[in-house]
Formats: sequence, C-alpha cells, structure tokens
Amino acid sequence: MSERARGRAGVLVVGAGEAGVRVATTLRELGYDRPIVLCGDEPHQPYQRPPLSKAFLDGKAVHADLALRTPEFFRDAGIDVRPGRRVTDVEVDGSGAGTAMCEGGDTVEFDRLVLATGARPRPLPADGGDLDGVCVLRGVDDAERLRDRLATAGRVVIVGGGYIGLEAAALASARGLATTVVEREDRLLSRVSAAPLPEFLAGRHREWGVEFELAADVRELVGDGHRVQDVRLADGRLLPADLVLVGIGAVPETTLAEKLGLDVRRGIVVDAACRTSHPGVWAVGDCTVRPHPHLPGELIAVESVQNANDQARAAAAALAGAEPPRTPVPWFWSDQRELKLQIAGIASGYDRYVVRTDGSVAGLTVLYYRGGALIAAESVNRPADFLAVKRALGKGKTIAPDPAADPGTALKELITDRA
Amino acid sequence: MPKIVFNRADGSQQIVEARTGASIMETATRSGVPGIVAECGGAMACATCHVYVADDYLPLTGEVGEFEDEMLDDAAAERTANSRLSCQIPMTDELDGIEVTVAPEQ
Repeated sequence: MSERARGRAGVLVVGAGEAGVRVATTLRELGYDRPIVLCGDEPHQPYQRPPLSKAFLDGKAVHADLALRTPEFFRDAGIDVRPGRRVTDVEVDGSGAGTAMCEGGDTVEFDRLVLATGARPRPLPADGGDLDGVCVLRGVDDAERLRDRLATAGRVVIVGGGYIGLEAAALASARGLATTVVEREDRLLSRVSAAPLPEFLAGRHREWGVEFELAADVRELVGDGHRVQDVRLADGRLLPADLVLVGIGAVPETTLAEKLGLDVRRGIVVDAACRTSHPGVWAVGDCTVRPHPHLPGELIAVESVQNANDQARAAAAALAGAEPPRTPVPWFWSDQRELKLQIAGIASGYDRYVVRTDGSVAGLTVLYYRGGALIAAESVNRPADFLAVKRALGKGKTIAPDPAADPGTALKELITDRA
Repeated sequence: MPKIVFNRADGSQQIVEARTGASIMETATRSGVPGIVAECGGAMACATCHVYVADDYLPLTGEVGEFEDEMLDDAAAERTANSRLSCQIPMTDELDGIEVTVAPEQ
C-alpha cells in the first residue's frame, strides 16, 4: 500500500459501484490531489451492472468483461479501492470529517464523506421468498446464480413488470422457457409510462411467448419445504415455477445515513450538488432522492447509470471547489431481444403525450409534454428520435407536439424555443 | 496484445494495450482515456464513444451497422467518413496499432 493510501483520506467514498467510482475518477480529473479511499461491500473490483440483466445473464459476457476500470488505472490515479470492506458505522463532526468503521475491525479516517451505498432489491411481501429457486437481480453474484438457474429451469415466473423483469423475460422466453410475468398494476411500467409503450412491449413479449398476469398480487411462494414449486396468486390460482425472479424494485440503502441523522425520506435527500442535510456529507446514485424536476414539493429517485454518473460529477465538482457541471438530461436504456429502448427526460408529471409510429411493429416513440413543453420521450428502435429529444432537452428547447406525430418528419428539424 | 493509439482532444497521444475481443471503447474506458464517455457500456444506446478511425485501418473495422449508422448521424460531434462508435469495434490482432482520434464532443 502506498504512503498516500495509508494516511488519512481526503475523501472517503462508501460504495464502489458506478456512482462511487465516478466520484473518485472525477475528483482526479479535476486535479484533486488528496488521498481517496473507495470502500465497497462486495468482494469484487468495481464493475458495471447494466449487462447483468442483458449480455452477462445471457452468457455472452463474463465477469472480467464487466470491469469499470483496470487495477492499473486505479493504482496510477492514486485511488485506493478496497473491495469487501463493508462500512458498518461512521461518525462525522460538523465539518464532515470523521471515522468509518469497517466490518472486520479496520477504520478509515477522512475529511469528507460521500455515501454511494446504492440500493438493495425490495423483498417480496409474501411468504416463501427464502425457498431455493427464488432469485433477485442486483449484483454480479445474484446474476451468476440466476444465470446458472436459467440453464436448468423449465418454468420461470417473474414477479414485477419493470425493466429488470422484462429484460429477463425477453431472455428466458428466447431460450424456450415457459415464462410468465406477474404484475400487480393493470399494465406494465405504470409508474413511469403512459399506455402506448407498455402496450407495445407487452404485445411483442406475447409474440415471444411470454404470458402476463396483470393486476395480480402474489400471495405466497409454495415449495416442497426446500425448492419453490408454485407461485400462488391472491385469487388462489397456482402458477407452476421452478425459477422465480423477484424484480419489484429497489430500496435505497440508507442505514449509514440514518445513523448520521441525515434527512432520509425513502432515500437520502440531496440537492443538485448532491449535498445531504449535513454540509460535509454528500450522497450520490441509487441511495438518493432529490427534488422532482416537474412536480414541486415531490422527491424522485432516479435509478440509472446516467444519474449515478452525473450526480457523481456534481458531487466531485463541489468537493473539489470546481464549477458545477451543466444540468444533465436524464436518460436510460433497456435491451429486450431486438428491441432497443432509449428514454430521455423524466416523464412523470406529464399532462399530454404524442405517439409517433408508422404503424409497423418495428418501433415507436412516445413524446411527453407538461404545460406545452417537451419533458421526455421513450423510443423503441428509433435512435434518431431519442437523440433529437435528448438534444432538445439539453438545450432547454421543445419539439412542437402536432408535427412530431408525423413519423416522416425528422424530430431534429422540429426543435424550437419553448413558448 | 494488440495496441490502440488514441489521439486525444488535447492533441496528445495515449497508447493502450487491448484484450483481444474487447472493444476499443471498453479498452479506453477501463484505462481512463479522456473523452470516451461511453455511459451505456457498449449497448449502443448513447453515441458517446464516437471516434474517427485512421484511413489505413478503416477497412479493417468492418461495416457500420444500421443502428450505429443512425446514432452516428446525430452524434454530438460532426460525422465524417471515418466516424465509428468505438463500442462496435472489437479488437483483433489484425487491428494491432489502430489509430483513432477521439471526437471533440460526445
């Protein structure tokens, strides 16, 4: 260990996922020259999560393909990465300086603290979640278990019709497995999308052989005392299953934040610079909530790689005393077989939407508006639409809704100033 | 291991060894080459790993795919005949020494 690593950390980042790593690398890009320590609870070098439900789950990528940076990069950058070091307790003074206690007994002293503690899978609120054959998907260890299970499974039930569930359903059905998605709302993605995208996706998934149980609650998972055998719905019906994937969202990991007495409302509450309610403590990524961009007084959790990276850049700039970065445009993607979804902006809070499709099954774009201004768009297999919307939002501009409905007109030609 | 020569936006060069099979984008991000943002990790979802491939190597990098083609049309920096998304170029021994210029905007 270098001399620099052994001493007191200028910045301690708790959490070595996408957000935590980006805080450290951005600090170095900004010329920050004090020691940086990055503690991760998983026993792995920092890795990318998005492929876990895609190429990795499909066996087309291996663990080594997931590395976020090489060990040489971290060494040369003077970033002291400590995997397998769960921080169990932390104390800070008024300035943000303090001491973190790690599992196993070692401690890290620091001048500033960044929480990048991520989120954990929301547990199924029903009995039987501990049966063999019941999986979640968050970390690479989860993904390895699920990948191995998929290799021998016959009947797969996926609880939760969100993006993780749909990506897994696309993959399981492609392997010829009997695949059923159980969703408690009466349509998919109801929390984030208007009807057209969920209907389009459900239609394609049904063509692939995926069955949906919508407006259906899981009462319990039934097993033989060891292995899962069925999913019992609230109406009493049994869905046979030898593999159950529970993908019903994530719960921000806020234990340390609560110990520190930070403002936590579901997630750790942060501002645009990722400051918490303590002036010397920052928080970034999936463990945070922040003011909703369209709905005054509401908080929003944005669980995406883009958000993790952009929050990390904002926090690093504040820590390094640099200019804050430009307000980023939220964006997200999902791959489901030949469907490539690309989403720009935050749709929740919309009061109007426009569907742009040529009627083919190949793809569509849904543009969302609030008070007459464009706020978001979801595209399937229409990358030019996605990039035009992302550009418009980045410049604070809009796209006139009526002409946007004509799929023959390029959206980039329709970008105009907001009224 | 095949090498990649990155011409960076500030005019400097960075030479990085690639794992065979890893894309130019993956190699760049893991080694922290500035200017290759690549937030989607190679899913062709973001068009932020845009590079200009040197003429000599361009024919060796294969055809531009349909989706890549549309993404490049609307990438942040100007598209030229040498434009590629670096996530779509897996490194092979044949590409040893390939020279790419990082697009000035991503």
